[in-house]
Amino acid sequence: MPPKIKHLLGIQDLSVEQIRLILETAESFREISTRPIKKVPTLRGKTIINLFFEASTRTRTSFEIAAKRLSADAINISASTSSVVKGETLHDTAQNLQAMAPDVIVIRHSCSGTPHQLARICSAAVVNAGDGAHEHPTQALLDGFTILDHKETLQGLKVAIVGDIAHSRVARSDCLLLGKMGAHVTVCGPPTLIPPHFDKTLRLVGQTNASVAQQSLRVTYDMNEALEDADVVMMLRIQLERQSEAFFPSIREYFRLYGLSAERMKAAKPDAIIMHPGPINRGVEIASDVADGPYSVILDQVTSGVAVRMAVLFLLTGGKDESD
Amino acid sequence: MSSLLIKNGRIIDPASSLDQVGDLLIEDGQVSRIGRGMGAPGLETIDATGLIVAPGLIDIHVHLREPGREDEETIETGSQAAAAGGFTTICCMPNTDPINDSPTVTTYVVKEAEKRAVTRVFPIGAITLGSAGERLAEIGEMVEAGAVGISDDGKPVMDGQLMRRAMEYSLPFKIPVIEHCEDLNLAAHGSMNEGYYSTILGLKGISRTAEDTMASRDIILAELTGAHIHIAHLSTRGALDLVRAAKQRRIHVTCEVTPHHFTLTDAACCDYDTNTKMNPPLRTDDDVQALLEGIADGTIDCIATDHAPHNLNEKMLEFDHAPFGITGLETALSLALTGLYHTGKLDLKRLVELFTVNPARIINRPLGTLRVGTAGDVTLFSLDSQWVYDVNQTKSRSRNCPFHGMNLKGRVAGTIVAGRIVYRNAVLLPVG
Repeated sequence: MPPKIKHLLGIQDLSVEQIRLILETAESFREISTRPIKKVPTLRGKTIINLFFEASTRTRTSFEIAAKRLSADAINISASTSSVVKGETLHDTAQNLQAMAPDVIVIRHSCSGTPHQLARICSAAVVNAGDGAHEHPTQALLDGFTILDHKETLQGLKVAIVGDIAHSRVARSDCLLLGKMGAHVTVCGPPTLIPPHFDKTLRLVGQTNASVAQQSLRVTYDMNEALEDADVVMMLRIQLERQSEAFFPSIREYFRLYGLSAERMKAAKPDAIIMHPGPINRGVEIASDVADGPYSVILDQVTSGVAVRMAVLFLLTGGKDESD
Repeated sequence: MSSLLIKNGRIIDPASSLDQVGDLLIEDGQVSRIGRGMGAPGLETIDATGLIVAPGLIDIHVHLREPGREDEETIETGSQAAAAGGFTTICCMPNTDPINDSPTVTTYVVKEAEKRAVTRVFPIGAITLGSAGERLAEIGEMVEAGAVGISDDGKPVMDGQLMRRAMEYSLPFKIPVIEHCEDLNLAAHGSMNEGYYSTILGLKGISRTAEDTMASRDIILAELTGAHIHIAHLSTRGALDLVRAAKQRRIHVTCEVTPHHFTLTDAACCDYDTNTKMNPPLRTDDDVQALLEGIADGTIDCIATDHAPHNLNEKMLEFDHAPFGITGLETALSLALTGLYHTGKLDLKRLVELFTVNPARIINRPLGTLRVGTAGDVTLFSLDSQWVYDVNQTKSRSRNCPFHGMNLKGRVAGTIVAGRIVYRNAVLLPVG
């Protein structure tokens, strides 16, 4: 068995074996959500705090449902402001929560690294539910889980990730996870929205084997090239304010160059699936007919999220697994 | 004014090319004799056997936070930390509250330092009113009140025409115009160096270009105006190359580096430890190599700490929200000895120059030497004493230092200002 996971701070820290364990555990939990009574007693008596410093509907609800279906007590705290505005330091917030002896703290924060700082202070297991532009590990895990519903393996799969790579924690976590699992990822977007040396940087973290690493991640500014023969097309949300920050001139031009239309999808494999971490901007990064089309698995991702987060909460609380 | 005899130390004075074992006598606050076998009954004497006897160290870049943020540092505590680090002279930056942009604030700092500081304290005045980058501050009156340079440190002067005027206007006062080189638009509200690690950590980067382009503008303006531009805390290979080329063209440019910029790289940010957040940020391996080359070949004129105390509460925040800056007065000499001297990159004479006569020349003060008749400011240190820095023992009011727990080789033994012992290390220089 892989070493026990103490916190889930990022895909960066996970081994291939640990990723497999989480995905396999998620598979075993999937069925619970299809029962008439969607609840098992597995985590009865465990306390899980969802500490959200940033607005979130999907992720927060998903964690809450995951906890409740495992019979854990889930408490939601929507701080929605940073500690600076609130006048309480992150350190004090963490110590106060710790004093209530939770088993897991799920944290979402607009600043990168906040879950890592929290993990140094708290003895509870910390789950990163998205930190700044850094990582969003449960999103990458549910993306991997969703892909495996439609494809046999991640090994050798061609995945295109298109959009605002620079500000996307999903892109980072997905590149790391897919890279570690042997997929070939192409990221694509305007050069202003791709950090310099992104491919080399993430490759080094995701893969230690140099020849595998070479294939695991590349960058292109050409959407058609990114989509060519792709098995999976993952579109990222474009924040409208990026326009005023001069990352691109207009939404209209952005959609022309990097938006996903039915016409563009013809470059991908015929059975390619389309993903999006949501919330989607129809007509900005993805055309409505494509988002709602037969190859879209966007809502499957949301469904997978619950099973994957159940698995993560279960494994972090030391719920019994085969090693016990 | 006190008299003091320092016996049997290795006296090093780069300004007079002196390096010999002997005795040094300070009378009435001034160096009065250097020789051998000196002594007189009743004269206060220090046995400096095995120690280096150097001119008092000068740090031309510290933040004393007074007036305004006495919870972080005061003129008194900052000068005590300086003395513990071997500094006998410090220059304090004007970004206090209120900002030192008027003779009133300059005079306040000078008067309070006379009353409470254990070292010499020279204020640096603001370039622009409120350091807002819009109108010139009363530079002439601040110089009359004791300012030794002008700077809007922490904020660059973004308006090129205003910077040109500031340089021209400063000419008659023979003071350096000290610039924190950073194009704020290029820096784009980043919180660490832009590069490999910022990409991995998902933190907004401050590109090296932000420093290089501003250094380039300032050097060109210095050439145009003939003013003395001093580049504070230089941190990139690009800016260093610009300074090197400018010096070859005899443009009046000088620069300083901090111990943290030649000791640490941006890899130190990996734990999101807010004590690795400063501006300019920790740079790459390549930049550190460039700084070491620049120190060795003389392109870099001096070492300055950019001692920036911050309340612990403020450093307990998210990395993005924590303020820039670390304390550095107590570790500077030891970091230089550990990283530059003991690694063979720099001989002792050059190392002492970087802390003494060179910074004295930049602020145009007759300090940093042990010539007979000059100020009796002396720093005693051991080359080989090994120790671990414990920030909990600091004399500063703040503890935001990334060097806590670090093994260092070489340590300050005693600090003497105008013949008066203002710091002595109990192990290296026991009383009696």
